[in-house]
Amino acid sequence: MLDIDIRHKHYPDRGGHIHTALSALRLSVRTGEFVCVVGPSGCGKSTLLNLVGGLDTDFAGHIRVDGRAPGERTGFMFQEPRLMPWLSVIDNVCLVAGKDASARKRAQALLEAMELGDVLDVYPGRLSGGMQRRVALARAFVIEPALLLMDEPFVSLDRPTANRLRTMLIDLWQRCGTTVLFVTHDVHEALALADRVVFLSAAPATMLLEHRIDLPRPRHPEDEAISHLHARLMQDHPTLLTGLVPPTGQPADEDALHA
Amino acid sequence: MNIRSRTGGAPLPDLIAARQQAPAVRTRQGGDAGLRLISLLVFALLWQAAAMLLQTSTLPTPLAVLGRIVEESQSLALPQHLAITLWRVALAFTAAMLIGTAIGIAMGRWRRLDLFLDGWLVLGLNIPALVTIILCYVWFGLNDTAAIVAVAINKIPTVIVTVREGARAIDPRLMQVAQAYRLPPLTRFSRVYLPQLTPYLMAAARSGLSLIWKIVLVVELLGRSNGVGFQLNVFFQFFDITGILAYTLVFAAVVLLIEALAMRPLERRLSAWRN
Repeated sequence: MLDIDIRHKHYPDRGGHIHTALSALRLSVRTGEFVCVVGPSGCGKSTLLNLVGGLDTDFAGHIRVDGRAPGERTGFMFQEPRLMPWLSVIDNVCLVAGKDASARKRAQALLEAMELGDVLDVYPGRLSGGMQRRVALARAFVIEPALLLMDEPFVSLDRPTANRLRTMLIDLWQRCGTTVLFVTHDVHEALALADRVVFLSAAPATMLLEHRIDLPRPRHPEDEAISHLHARLMQDHPTLLTGLVPPTGQPADEDALHA
Repeated sequence: MNIRSRTGGAPLPDLIAARQQAPAVRTRQGGDAGLRLISLLVFALLWQAAAMLLQTSTLPTPLAVLGRIVEESQSLALPQHLAITLWRVALAFTAAMLIGTAIGIAMGRWRRLDLFLDGWLVLGLNIPALVTIILCYVWFGLNDTAAIVAVAINKIPTVIVTVREGARAIDPRLMQVAQAYRLPPLTRFSRVYLPQLTPYLMAAARSGLSLIWKIVLVVELLGRSNGVGFQLNVFFQFFDITGILAYTLVFAAVVLLIEALAMRPLERRLSAWRN
């Protein structure tokens, strides 16, 4: 169980003024649950992931995984692949997996399963963008993460490549039982991936709406059911994607409508 | 304010860009090795012609110098002095690189430390080598420690400037990867941080070697009783130009060999991923 309770997170902006990125944000994620966080750009989604991932510890509140601070078995996938250009594909994955022979064997098996067996000794600079993301995905899963944080990891990829990566992600997630917190601004992607989608307001981000998705997997962002769900959500909550708090003052807790 | 311009030569980004283009240039050089050899022969011939024409004891012929090299090698004088000088070069080089890198990283990392030490650095860059050498001998005595400290002090500031530039260019996004995956500090440093610093370290090492082997001779001339610098001084007293040229040629050749057989292959290996 991932338990997030952020009272507030401030940082100074360029003019030296204090900017509140997050405020009164509470979110609980069951162990093994896949939660997507959607919000307008600049609302503090990435800040939230940085706090959960321990990249930023300067905030008021607490973040716990099963009662403790998120520990070694936390994976992180960033917007860019962020591979070490001076390490080969296998070494990039082994960098986080550990030095022993069994870790290396695990890394190799994982890369082969992800159809990267032919490029184990290639430097990342020679791979396509899609392949680099696949390596980054392998790096995230080689540690068999209890918690995986993903910050728009499939942005700026062509549609077939992105879909292939999403299929791989869901496959790995189902096998590992990882808890996933996935940030995106693409509602279709969120609806296709998640068990539950959380919509955030514009900064300072608070929760606007939570929506559980009961559609069976596999799903794709282009599926008709996803489009229907998207249309219904937008109809019921027209201000959702602007990040504005609805003027009628609807409660921001669990949504009533289910697909 | 701009310290880089005080160190002279090309600004660092240019140096590094030039280094990255090096492989292509190098293959062309390989094809032109013949021309280089001819150039060398023409130089020797011109030297020989000038010496024969002038007929003076202050310009010996290349063959006379070669003969002297053989002679000094057989008496073991040249190898002994050379070994001592190279040992001093190695110690001063290692000390300057280690200390300069540590301070450079720290100054690139912490802005306030950078501000605090910046004035000292400008001073260090501008003190003439001769002054440091004299002061070291006066304060620490005429011994090897003083000699090596004097050489290292001359080199440390330029290492700091180069490495600080590299530390400022470290990609925070890659450091975040190391942090997110909670890599142990040593792994984080050696496999994520240091590789980003490598081009700057190589630039510092190469310019360091070429500076240090020149200063070491001055240090030996001023206050040591052995080494190539000391020998050159002795030859100077006796106006023995053949001896001076013999030692100089051998020493320069050894330094060129170190550069070609150690530095360049090392650099090629470390930057293999760029190609």
